[in-house]
Amino acid sequence: MFEKIPNNVNLSENKRLQRALEQWQPNFIRWWMEMGPEGFQQDEVYLRTAISVDSNGWAQFDYVKMPDYRWGIFLVPAEPDRKIHFGDHIGEPVWNDVPGEFRKELRRIIVTQGDTEPASVEQQRLLGHTTPSLYDLRNLFQVNVEEGRHLWAMVYLLHQFFGRDGREEAEDLLTRRSGHKDTPRILEAFNKPVRDWLAFFAFTMFTDRDGKYQLAALAESAFDPLARSTKFMLTEEAHHLFVGETGIARIVKRTAELMKLSPNEDVTELGGIPLDIIQKYINEWFSASLDLFGSEDSSNAATFFGAGLKGRYREAERYSDHLALEGSYKLEVPDENGHLVERSIPLRRAMNIQLQDAYIEDCERALRRWNEILEKAGLSYRLKLPSQRFNRRIGVFSSHYFTPEGKIISESEFKSRSNQWLPTQEDYAYVSSLMTPVYERGKIANWIAPPTRGINQKPIDFEYVRR
Amino acid sequence: MEAIRFETDPCNYKHWVLEVESPIATLWLDVKEEAGLRPGYLLKMNSYDLGVDIELADAVQRLRFEHPEVEVVIISSKRDGIFSAGANIFMLGSSSHEFKVNFCKFTNETRLAIEDATDHSGQVYIAALNGTASGGGYELPLACKEIYLVDDRRSAVSLPEVPYLGVLPGTGGLTRLVDKRKVRRDRADIFVTLAEGIKGNRAAEWGLVDAVFPPSRFADSVMERARKLAVEHRNPTGIRLDYLNPTETDTEIRYRYVRLKLGPEARLARLIIEGPPDDFVIEKDPAAAGADFLPLRVFRELDDALLRLRFNYPEIGLVLIQTRGKLSNVLKMDAQLSAHKQDWFVREVLLLAKRVLKRMDVSAKSFFALIDEGSCFAGSYLELALAADRTYMLDKPGVEVALSDLNRGLLPMGNGLSRLATKLLGEPRLLAELMNSSETFDAGQAEAAGLATVAVDELDWDDEIRLAVEERTSLSPDALTGLEASLRFAGPETLETKIFGRLSAWQNWIFQRPNAVGEHGALVMYGKASRPRFDWRRT
Repeated sequence: MFEKIPNNVNLSENKRLQRALEQWQPNFIRWWMEMGPEGFQQDEVYLRTAISVDSNGWAQFDYVKMPDYRWGIFLVPAEPDRKIHFGDHIGEPVWNDVPGEFRKELRRIIVTQGDTEPASVEQQRLLGHTTPSLYDLRNLFQVNVEEGRHLWAMVYLLHQFFGRDGREEAEDLLTRRSGHKDTPRILEAFNKPVRDWLAFFAFTMFTDRDGKYQLAALAESAFDPLARSTKFMLTEEAHHLFVGETGIARIVKRTAELMKLSPNEDVTELGGIPLDIIQKYINEWFSASLDLFGSEDSSNAATFFGAGLKGRYREAERYSDHLALEGSYKLEVPDENGHLVERSIPLRRAMNIQLQDAYIEDCERALRRWNEILEKAGLSYRLKLPSQRFNRRIGVFSSHYFTPEGKIISESEFKSRSNQWLPTQEDYAYVSSLMTPVYERGKIANWIAPPTRGINQKPIDFEYVRR
Repeated sequence: MEAIRFETDPCNYKHWVLEVESPIATLWLDVKEEAGLRPGYLLKMNSYDLGVDIELADAVQRLRFEHPEVEVVIISSKRDGIFSAGANIFMLGSSSHEFKVNFCKFTNETRLAIEDATDHSGQVYIAALNGTASGGGYELPLACKEIYLVDDRRSAVSLPEVPYLGVLPGTGGLTRLVDKRKVRRDRADIFVTLAEGIKGNRAAEWGLVDAVFPPSRFADSVMERARKLAVEHRNPTGIRLDYLNPTETDTEIRYRYVRLKLGPEARLARLIIEGPPDDFVIEKDPAAAGADFLPLRVFRELDDALLRLRFNYPEIGLVLIQTRGKLSNVLKMDAQLSAHKQDWFVREVLLLAKRVLKRMDVSAKSFFALIDEGSCFAGSYLELALAADRTYMLDKPGVEVALSDLNRGLLPMGNGLSRLATKLLGEPRLLAELMNSSETFDAGQAEAAGLATVAVDELDWDDEIRLAVEERTSLSPDALTGLEASLRFAGPETLETKIFGRLSAWQNWIFQRPNAVGEHGALVMYGKASRPRFDWRRT
């Protein structure tokens, strides 16, 4: 069984890992069959598999049935003499084992990260039935199997470094269920249903992008196996973000085309997705994804940084003060009377929002690209990110209500106007009505433009999934 | 600092919602973040401060008196995914030492009142943990008879004080784990150093909770259990507890029967309690007297005065206790109380008196009782003298004390014995005689019988008392607190004596040490940018 698992952690001689995986691997397969993509498990899918970490090995393309996918365990190679480069232990050698002192924090970080990976597979498990093309279907499954591999990456850390506790947590990662009333996933964005392909693209654009920044912050970690695992995960994550960003771009492009065709720019008559519905999905998923960063003012974040467990985005390149003991982050937050007042958050307690800032910058870049499409089409409508205060459930803004522009309003005003800002049941129903599957080679659904190029230099009409 | 008030009622609760659907009541914890007792901290995640606990104590008291038909009380949280994060750390971090200690003491007394209601008032408390319960948020459930935890793969119970804060659980958590729930001590050792706590089946296996239920069945399962426990179908009608409304000046708080006089001497207060009138009589239905029922009123007033002394007058070190009235009237009252002790209302009054006297026992104040002319130290009132650290009795004809049934076991201390038995541990024969005595004692007899410490003749009285007061108020307040706590609780250990003993010794020691409160102490560093730094030498 172990020969089939590609790895660079010397699995064939690692008795501890073997023992843990013997138990866990069959349960993983059971989970995959039960909660993985429904209805496509016997199809041949043109997938990328990592069989080593070098440039030839990390992206091997071939047809594979998903249950036979070779989920592997990879860490980028260790950097010799790597030193801790931020926090209170700066300058000390990185740790190759979990220091007892930080066991609980590291376990929490890894479990929280690990929980999101199977969660997203669960959220997306029915989307194959409504795919707009074989190209998109293949991308969906690529994202799914790689989220599965990311689960393996986190489970490896739990098995290898956390003893019995780690094995139990690894089991729990397979027993929680996205959106389940009794055993929900840990983070709320991962319990939201991803009900249609617009939601899927918004999810991979915004929620997976949070994942990128979380992984990037963990790639700075003083716990070297975590840093090396997450660094490798980032190479795969890039494709997921590409799927999201280009997915929405293709919808925007198609909508712009249809708007030209319609006398009154009403694309619903032509089976397109109106821009204001796209905007509402952006509002919904962007705000839910911001919650994943945690509170803007966070003592946990300070502990994680001080201990060297979690850095900022590109800590070494983007920052010069790696202690962050001085200085503060200025943020306008609502006071008891509902007025926005400036609060100074000590820098170390403001790690979450500093990471979030880098994320927002990145999202804005994608928004600019989408708007270029609209501009080129000669349309005046522009998509925008809502204010970071809008529709929050976690953090300093969660106790008040705001417009997408960031203006504070009453709860009743929010409730009465939220149908302008967030998708309504009618919006969901409309988008869902467009979701009829297209399994024919080279064909594409009416509501989305074809991609500009195929996968791995294959043509767009390549048979990405053999049904 | 503004004086703290201890009276409230359900209409004024900020943090609790009391729902009564007899025979089951539910206390919902729903802490209002910005409604802390003092400014400077937010009560996040259902964490609590003294204000939250004052409401809880009020609710527990009112349930007994106002809703005697209630048989089961469920404590749960209105917040999804979180029961309570325990005492608010930023509140503790910004509190003075004496406030912290008194805060812990009060919360402990509230937890014990919950157990007292479960054991003696037929009101069984069960905790329905619909989310994570950590620190004090788990110690409150530990005071309940049964604990149920939601099994959503996330919610845990934990006592993370040691790993997170470098202090101990301050509300009896350690003692209740091993002494009450009888969790194995090695498992307890793991549990209390495991910051993230224990969830699901293991929590049940280890006895940390009684059972776990998934969220979809949680409310129903708890309710089903509550219904099984509510089997007596009692139907007495409760009484309404009014506000005490004392008259307050700078030098005096005057209640109906109790006066708390502050000064004029430094660090001294006087508690003067008036005895029952000649015509005091307990009706056939004792509860008909309502909140005006004299012994109920007297002990509620005493309770309030003691709490104010603790929190609002930290510098007062010595309290002189005096009574005014007729010995015979107290004895008549006690005889009627004793005769009606099966009645629910009289039982509750006696239980209240017991708790108030225990509150006195664990107060960090010196108490001297002064038995002089016009005093009425008999029975229930004599109990105040027996609770005092010393009793000075005027040696003059007509100045007498007397015992009633209430001194003989109806008002036990935390160690389970009466104050008389605790005092006379070395004189069992004398104790046996006193158990049957119906005489009155003059000063000489009282001294011999252990009912008074010193008999003082009239000529010496003023000087003797002045000297005793001046001497006492000159001694180290810390040493006196330790001294009194050591001498007051002779005899057997109980859960209760252990809890207070551990609290006043270990916790208060740790609270003072640099490893907790020094510049780099764990309590100080909590939530700050850096990790604590410890002095590693074990004592």
